[in-house]
Amino acid sequence: MKNIIKTLSLSAALILSPAALAETIAITGGKVVIGDGRAPIDNANVIIKDGVITAVGANVAIPTDAKTIDAKGKWVTPGIFAGFSRLGLVEIGAVSQTNDSSARESVFSAGLDVTSAIDPFRSPIAVNRAAGITRAVVAPSSGGKLFAGQGAITDLGDDFDAITKARAFQFVQMGARGADIAGGSRSASHLLFKASLQEAQRYAAGNDSFDDNLLTIQDAKALLPVINGKTRLLVHVEGANDILRLLDLKREFPKLTLILVGASEGWRVADKIAAANVPVIASALNDLPSGFESLAATQSNYGRMKRAGVELAIGMINDFDAHQIRYTPQYAGNLVSLNKVPRATGISWDEAFAAISYMPAKIMGVADKYGSLQINRAADVVIWDGDPLELSTNVEGVYIDGQLQSLSNRQSKLRERYRNPVEGALPKAYDR
Amino acid sequence: MSKAKYMWAPLVLAGLSMSIAEVSPSYAKKKKDDKEEAQKSAFQKSDPFASTYKAYPSRPTAVINVTIFDGEGAKIDNGTIFMKDGFITEVADGDASIPEGTLIIDGAGKYITPGIIDVHSHLGVYASPSVDAHSDGNEITSPTTPDVYAEHGVWPQDPGFSRALANGGVTSMQILPGSANLIGGRSVTLKNVAARTVQQMKFPGAPYGMKMACGENPKRVYGSRNQKPQTRMGSLAVNRQTWIKAQEYRDKRNSGEKFTRDLGMETLAGVLDGEILVHNHCYRADEMVQILDMAKEFDYKVTAFHHAVESYKIADYLKEADACSAVWADWWGFKIEAYDAIPENAALIHNAGACAIIHSDDDNQIQRLNQEASKALADGRRMGLDITEAQAMSWITYNAAKSLGIEDKVGSLKSGKMADVVLWNGNPFSVYSRPEKVWIDGALLFDSNDPARRPVSDFELGQVGEGDVK
Repeated sequence: MKNIIKTLSLSAALILSPAALAETIAITGGKVVIGDGRAPIDNANVIIKDGVITAVGANVAIPTDAKTIDAKGKWVTPGIFAGFSRLGLVEIGAVSQTNDSSARESVFSAGLDVTSAIDPFRSPIAVNRAAGITRAVVAPSSGGKLFAGQGAITDLGDDFDAITKARAFQFVQMGARGADIAGGSRSASHLLFKASLQEAQRYAAGNDSFDDNLLTIQDAKALLPVINGKTRLLVHVEGANDILRLLDLKREFPKLTLILVGASEGWRVADKIAAANVPVIASALNDLPSGFESLAATQSNYGRMKRAGVELAIGMINDFDAHQIRYTPQYAGNLVSLNKVPRATGISWDEAFAAISYMPAKIMGVADKYGSLQINRAADVVIWDGDPLELSTNVEGVYIDGQLQSLSNRQSKLRERYRNPVEGALPKAYDR
Repeated sequence: MSKAKYMWAPLVLAGLSMSIAEVSPSYAKKKKDDKEEAQKSAFQKSDPFASTYKAYPSRPTAVINVTIFDGEGAKIDNGTIFMKDGFITEVADGDASIPEGTLIIDGAGKYITPGIIDVHSHLGVYASPSVDAHSDGNEITSPTTPDVYAEHGVWPQDPGFSRALANGGVTSMQILPGSANLIGGRSVTLKNVAARTVQQMKFPGAPYGMKMACGENPKRVYGSRNQKPQTRMGSLAVNRQTWIKAQEYRDKRNSGEKFTRDLGMETLAGVLDGEILVHNHCYRADEMVQILDMAKEFDYKVTAFHHAVESYKIADYLKEADACSAVWADWWGFKIEAYDAIPENAALIHNAGACAIIHSDDDNQIQRLNQEASKALADGRRMGLDITEAQAMSWITYNAAKSLGIEDKVGSLKSGKMADVVLWNGNPFSVYSRPEKVWIDGALLFDSNDPARRPVSDFELGQVGEGDVK
């Protein structure tokens, strides 16, 4: 009850404030996590002006016109930045009319753009926002094509303006699934990958017809910024050998801005990934041989790659990635827990928090604006009643671009309706 | 979206292997006095796939200065637990008199819990790697297949068993058939001990369960084939007609007349006899109450609803019916019958005085049932419910054991119970804690400090990553 009362008073204070964008907010006295891997700062202030962070630190003066939020005894962090998700593309997974994650029957591939499918009022947005997730990498799923299309970076704000960066990357499915899509073998998927990029190169050179007709014009257009390296290429791959073959392809197309996603066996070739300067958005906890491409999966994968110098963030590919991005802090905490397990390789708390805030923003090229509590970053801020990676911790306030967000959603409303399941003077349908 | 298995979230039944003669001598001795043993029905005695589980050797072990969650709602801050000959012999608040020759472990800063029990797993029947040929959990050839036994699909070499042990502290689990069928078949309760055969894993004396499923899955599977059931109406009709036949079979069997054995009817009659426990996959509140009415009509008991994402809407009905709800902490939204799931479900069920269980239905989350219980507890507390960690521990121990009919043997730390025990390197409700040691029947079968005390299945032998920390 104590927590609830605190939450209410905090929310009430913020709701009473006028439009956050036109005001100065000071979140004072909290344990402040910058998010970039530095240790938390005790008793620090975060100053927000017009939606942007203007000052952070222990000895930062509070502007006289600031609306002050007392965060003493609380943790203040950047919002969680989901390194890989399908947030906003799916309402209910098995209801195809509400699932826009893939387009199996489409004639297009690389040209598909999730921007038009992301709906900020899908209920997973509100549910995950209430858990402190503020921005997300949103990728299409592979339908029947190797090149799944263009993904975006979004915010989880309670408004229609969701897209932070449209067409932020192209997503490709390699590995066993990619081989299956390409016709049945890894030989086929690698050739298809190469030949598709070559068609895009021909298109860039002024041709609009292709030898093998692998791409439509729309797909070729979408691949132009990929082959010249301006748009990131996120490739899902799990096995160590598949990773090396992908690094081979990068040598053939050296301009590619390649990022690996998943990489459950990355530790086996971590030195080579690091040497190739290829970042990884890694699944944190895969430890089962779910396929023959992840025989060596271990929860120490992340820590081992980290020690080898790989640039890393946590993502949740194919792992409740449309609904349960709220697992992200839990996953990061689990990587910290490995430090106490003999022979396992964990990461520090500071590294773990960076893996879900600054690092995904950095790998996606938006760390100058998002992912950390530094000056001139968007004020995506979460106030927690304890260690944000701990399971018992509650979210008390979420700001996106300096706007205090509603933490209400279908789940919280159902909870209140059925706090006592027995009907009163009227049916439950009247209770809201 | 690769989680195809949960779409079939199983509803199975546990096996009842009543052959306990092969168990450790002390256990067998204890069972001799067991009245239930004498009352076993003929068909239970004739279990053709009887348990051949044997406890592995153990040495008398005491953990001292340790925080204990006993599984039945109690917490001891500075306690001692003593295990001998495969059994818990003492759980003390403070010091206990420990005989010479006992291995003494200092548990300062650490926690002891009962072995974790997952009432809903498909390890072995949907084994890793998840290739098509490992799909042994759904006999999707008829909407009712009470004749099939999950144990006949269990591959003991599934590497998932070892992960559940080492990372999750899971010592027992119910393996269920999937939920493609209205009646999926018999479940089996296993000890999480690496073995050559499933019989060597079968929990001695555990009753069988029977899995049922309502809702979307059966009607989707058979409806798409233009076969009954295509609707929830059809599902209830098929179920009721099946129970009518089972009653007839049972009457005939009991009449002393000659009758032809029917494997499916045998299972259903076992439910009507009260010897086989019904585990019913069901999501929606309204459907669960209809199932409870059907159970009244045919005079059987629903032991547990599984998944039960809307139990919080009918917690009063569930308390009245004495039906457990085995739920996830927070899964939701993967299909429309899972749309109204809320993370306070378990806490609200508990708060209403009904039986709450956290289950996994997943080879990853079975490794973190303690964390799932912790989240469910935190969500309950956040809405103001007064629930202790010690009480929430029962969601993955004692209550789970109760729903499997094995609460007299495991699920809590009481003198005389099997020594299925986990030593955690910190509070198991913290994300930063992991199992340090796991004992099953007093035998140390996982020790994070000893690479030799980590099971490696045949499948992983000689593969990259063999014996690695996972």
